[in-house]
Amino acid sequence: MSGFVRTVVVTRLARGGHAATFAGRALRDIFRPPFELQETARQVYELGWRSLPLIAAAGYAVGIVMSMHTRASLERFGAEALVPAGLALALVRETGPLVCGLLLSGRVGAGVGAELGAMKVTEQIDALEAVAVDSFKFLVVTRVVACMIAMPILTAVMNFMGMLGGWTAESAVSGMGFEAYFRAAFSLLQFSDYVPGTLKTMVFGFIIAVTASYLGVHTSGGTQGVGYAATRSVVTASILMIAANVVLVRLIFFVFPEMAE
Amino acid sequence: MIEPAAAIRLDHVSKAFGAFRVLDDVSISIPRGRATVVLGRSGTGKSVTLRHIVGLLQPDSGRVFVDDDEITALSPSALAAVRQRIGFLFQNAALFDSITVAENVAFPLRRHSTLPDGEIRARALEKLAAVGLARAAESMPGALSGGMRKRAGLARAMALDPAILLVDEPSAGLDPVTSEEIDDLLVQVKQERGTTLVVVTHNIPSARRIADTMLFLHEGRVLAQGTAEDLERSEHELVRKFMQSEAGG
Repeated sequence: MSGFVRTVVVTRLARGGHAATFAGRALRDIFRPPFELQETARQVYELGWRSLPLIAAAGYAVGIVMSMHTRASLERFGAEALVPAGLALALVRETGPLVCGLLLSGRVGAGVGAELGAMKVTEQIDALEAVAVDSFKFLVVTRVVACMIAMPILTAVMNFMGMLGGWTAESAVSGMGFEAYFRAAFSLLQFSDYVPGTLKTMVFGFIIAVTASYLGVHTSGGTQGVGYAATRSVVTASILMIAANVVLVRLIFFVFPEMAE
Repeated sequence: MIEPAAAIRLDHVSKAFGAFRVLDDVSISIPRGRATVVLGRSGTGKSVTLRHIVGLLQPDSGRVFVDDDEITALSPSALAAVRQRIGFLFQNAALFDSITVAENVAFPLRRHSTLPDGEIRARALEKLAAVGLARAAESMPGALSGGMRKRAGLARAMALDPAILLVDEPSAGLDPVTSEEIDDLLVQVKQERGTTLVVVTHNIPSARRIADTMLFLHEGRVLAQGTAEDLERSEHELVRKFMQSEAGG
């Protein structure tokens, strides 16, 4: 029994080490030529631009729901005037980046995992290598960079749409004007609220793309393996992102102590 | 002793996948500008041999040379340079399924030439015409039959006019007439450009049409080597039996 446990632990550690090496190589190769700019731009379009409707719609809905909950809570203390600012703070600091990350890990994680998995089992990755193309740079690094570029932009869109949703809910209840709402929403936000959130989303983008790419290019077992890679990409990327978020929040509080106040 | 004129050399190469030893101390010398056909039963290491030549697999022991470059010891950039001299037709064609057939053939040219866009497209169409697929240029790979995919894969493998062409099962999935046309095309490429051909096949009539020399792999070792006539007279019954099979794989 102890032998079995040892084998499982050693296998898991070896797999973790392999994945960490993969992630390290992805990080290093971002800064090494060739930069595959055309393919990166295509991936920004595929992974970022095409996620925009999902992010915008989700952000709007989240904003409405959060506004309704925030108003219900603040009403008890007669602090309804803080609804716009409270919602904006929550969105920019935490809800926006995390929800956007989870949505993107669902859409992009599954897509990249399945796409690279299918390319692996149909020998397309080998074919890339055979025509003297560095498949890691062409397939993995381009997706990692695209995700790291797209995530902050999509998060900004989600935050804006969330505030728009918040205004929609608030104006329906109190008849508050658009300009007054947004003036109130931005009244408590400071520059230091934007920077950590933006940096955090880049880390989320890195985690999503690296996880999905790793599971995709190590797919085996035919069609079933492709489906397995897609599912595992979403689950693993989501868990890693949530775990990383805990560490990142602690780090942000350390670097930007005013945010913990 | 390794022949100096060899385009490709495998020097005591062994490769195992888990407990299964696919290549067992194999030494092969493939002459430049000639067509070498690799024969053998399924699972005897024919495709694995091709993958070693292009550096897609690393041997557990032994060395692989393409011209004077030791594939097994090259840096990634040096390996990429060698790969530009090699065309590889995969067993299942391995076309990039998100771009058209013409773009598949143009892909190596876009990556490794400075030709203008129009010229790249013209060359891609020329290669497709050579394999009888000019009319399928704008089709997506998923819309092609197995045989058509194979021909498109061959067109892509020939896109850079490589000095060495590795072809894995050119006849699989093709009707006899098309198969013969592809064989003729391979022979033509060899004669006109001096291309070194390494062809893996089960199809004996096809092998006879293409081969200058033949290799017979069995259980990870070279069982017989020589011309078709040499293999027909082999001391090994399996080789003689294989050569008598006219139906092919």
